[in-house]
Amino acid sequence: MATRLLQIRGTPIWAVLAGAALAALVLGTLAAVALRAGGLTGLRETDLAAIRFTLWQAAASALISCALAVPVARALHRRRFAGRGLLISLLGAPFILPVIVAVFGLIAVFGRRGLVNAALAPLGIDPISIYGAQGVIVAHVFFNLPLATRMILHGWEAIPAERFRLAATLGFGPAEVTRHLERPMLRSVLPGAFLAIFLVCLTSFAVALTLGGGPRATTVELAIYQAFRFDFDMGRAASLALVQVAISVAALLIAARATLPSSFGAGHDRRAAPIPQLSGGIGRALFDALAIGLASAFLLFPIGTVFARGLPAVANLPEMVWPATLTSLVIALLSTVVTLAIALPLALVATRQRWAEIAAMLPMTASSLVMGTGAFLIARPFVNPTSLALPMVLLSNAALSVPFATRILMPEIRTLQADYDRLAASLGLRGIARLRLLTVPRLARPLGFSAGLTAAFSMGDLGVITLFSDGQTRTLPLALFQLMGSYRMDQAAGAASLLLILTFALFWALDRAGHHADPR
Amino acid sequence: MKTHLMLAGALSLIATMAAAEDKPVLTVYAPDYFTSEWGPGPAIEKGFEATCDCDLKFVAGDVLPRILLEGDKTSADVAIGLNTDVTAKARATGLFAPHNEDTSDLTMPVKWDDPIFLPFDWSELAFVYDKTKLKNPPTSFQDLLDAPDDAYKIVIEDPRSSVAGLSLLLWVKDIYGDKAEEAWTKIAPKVLTVTPGWSEAYGMFTDGEADMVLSYVTSPAYHIMAEEDDSKAAAIFPEGHYFTPELVAQLKTSKHPELAQKFMDYVLSPDFQGMIATANWSFPAKLPHDQLPEVFQKLPMPDKTLYLGEAEAEKLRGPALEEWQRAFSR
Repeated sequence: MATRLLQIRGTPIWAVLAGAALAALVLGTLAAVALRAGGLTGLRETDLAAIRFTLWQAAASALISCALAVPVARALHRRRFAGRGLLISLLGAPFILPVIVAVFGLIAVFGRRGLVNAALAPLGIDPISIYGAQGVIVAHVFFNLPLATRMILHGWEAIPAERFRLAATLGFGPAEVTRHLERPMLRSVLPGAFLAIFLVCLTSFAVALTLGGGPRATTVELAIYQAFRFDFDMGRAASLALVQVAISVAALLIAARATLPSSFGAGHDRRAAPIPQLSGGIGRALFDALAIGLASAFLLFPIGTVFARGLPAVANLPEMVWPATLTSLVIALLSTVVTLAIALPLALVATRQRWAEIAAMLPMTASSLVMGTGAFLIARPFVNPTSLALPMVLLSNAALSVPFATRILMPEIRTLQADYDRLAASLGLRGIARLRLLTVPRLARPLGFSAGLTAAFSMGDLGVITLFSDGQTRTLPLALFQLMGSYRMDQAAGAASLLLILTFALFWALDRAGHHADPR
Repeated sequence: MKTHLMLAGALSLIATMAAAEDKPVLTVYAPDYFTSEWGPGPAIEKGFEATCDCDLKFVAGDVLPRILLEGDKTSADVAIGLNTDVTAKARATGLFAPHNEDTSDLTMPVKWDDPIFLPFDWSELAFVYDKTKLKNPPTSFQDLLDAPDDAYKIVIEDPRSSVAGLSLLLWVKDIYGDKAEEAWTKIAPKVLTVTPGWSEAYGMFTDGEADMVLSYVTSPAYHIMAEEDDSKAAAIFPEGHYFTPELVAQLKTSKHPELAQKFMDYVLSPDFQGMIATANWSFPAKLPHDQLPEVFQKLPMPDKTLYLGEAEAEKLRGPALEEWQRAFSR
């Protein structure tokens, strides 16, 4: 009891503020919408079907993404080859693409006229279809496999090299390595990865609709949209948004119970070079090659086709695209700063106090439509909301990235605290000094990865800009969408390529910066 | 921390600087596509400002939801780009004022006598296809229903998130009435997928993924005029095509009622009407046929126009949506 009290009293004020801000953003805006509607409205029969479909597809997508990510991450961990670092960065690309661009890439590969069916046709194999529930899941795996792979790979890299060496000395075979080193690590990383992906898929809207093939693939987010757009029933929108938050928090609590710290103890910071006898024989090598090859093909082909199609049009982009590009870049960098300023203190507390973890995950449970509308209602009496367009975009992008950043930081923070808390305490290392000398350097990798992800995510997000835009201010994704809406599909493809290049460059630069800052 | 707050402040400052002049500001709420460089917005802004000694400011976004949120405190003087699917809701708010325009000589296939909502352009829904790829396009709506399931794959828009999709529901309802659900069960196997909006659907069509897309009779005009590509065509059906006007209305709460009225006058002026065809790729509401660009004059047009009034559309919307959902769930 005494220790618990001490912990709460010792909670840094910064973390408390960050948590409160996030809760206000998600629950406050929801409350604003519900208040304006004069209360909540009952759900309909079709809403229940939407909830069922949403849960089912999110769970399936998360399960498949995680299951596929394990062999890919393991292969990437134990193999060394030229271009490995670049490949790992490249594999992250799908996650950060605007949905519509990614969907077009997938269609170019798996669609009726796509590469896969073109290759199958001469062999006399029936064409495969990407439309329907399988399409939704393929797209969600495409988006999230990279995230899962990176989270799991981080887990592998966090196992100290000494453990692998010890295992080799003890004559462990691959099976024993799996049992004693890999399985405990997966136990600590997988629930978090599953949860993050489940939550992403929960609020999916455009993917489910475009590839779902029709009304059977209705998600809660679409039901919210319908309640707003056609029924102007804000009470029902608020009810649905509340359901979405409740599902997410329930998932969060379940995942929290399933998570265990891996607690390998501190190592000597040597990079874990693969040890041949632990990596198995030629069979394992082939299997690893296959895992890396298939994952690369699956993730990179759709992106390559989008890129190849749009690149020639980049030179002829209308002038309007360039200020939009600059706006997007500035927003991306600023929201990265905000995200890390919120995520790091929360993640540091979250390993010991559950509330911080829940607060950090809240933004992902929010419907962006409800959040934007709520913010609009709250801001309206004080200022003209259109003058808040860019700050709102910045803030919402930052908030939406906090859950990812926190998830990525938490496993390493847990290890850090298990390994260094006592040493730091005995040295009296506290506050800013501890942050500067111990925490930030040792978290450089996940911080760099989080920053890259946030910046890239923010570049590609369409989100609230459409609610707050004043028509003159636009981001690159909005410009892309406007080009499509004006029949300029080729220029839109050009804008998509530009977005792809910049997004990836940002992601790569920040991720690499993290690697370079790592003292190990 | 300080620098990024300053930057954020500077950004919002730039956004508001344009409005810092002394002239009266007429605020027009418009959809996103409207105010982009590639939409009609910039030309309209320039044209109107040349006559009004004022500053026209577009605010882009989801027009009616925003006005409903703001209620009588809305800063909108005029709302442009509304569709008939929302006018019943909009009218019920009592926020809109009469347009005071003479609508007896509009050049539309439908007679218009709404005192509040004024059409500024129109088109008709149509399934657009590529002549070089689809050799046997449907020759009638019934033909489309009766075609083999694998004859062609169509992309349509979702009626729950898109105006085009909702208009298609009403189109089918208008032709097939009580048999609409049956019609949908025949269409469903030919529907490749349902997209959230027009952009996604049209993109899938131009990428060659779908053989046909739900769009407008005026869509081929864009390809002919802007891309010199005459391979795209609208399938014309003898049963008639559904009429889709775009509307403009002034708000009762406007602080510049004279300016707002002046804008309503401007909407029907030859200047405004003359830019609609190639800026919005639709027919102007008041322009003699022979003054349209040649391509528009030559567009194949349906003989019959279908249109359910606002009241009927509002009544049919719910049941039609349920029929559609049932038909697609089989």
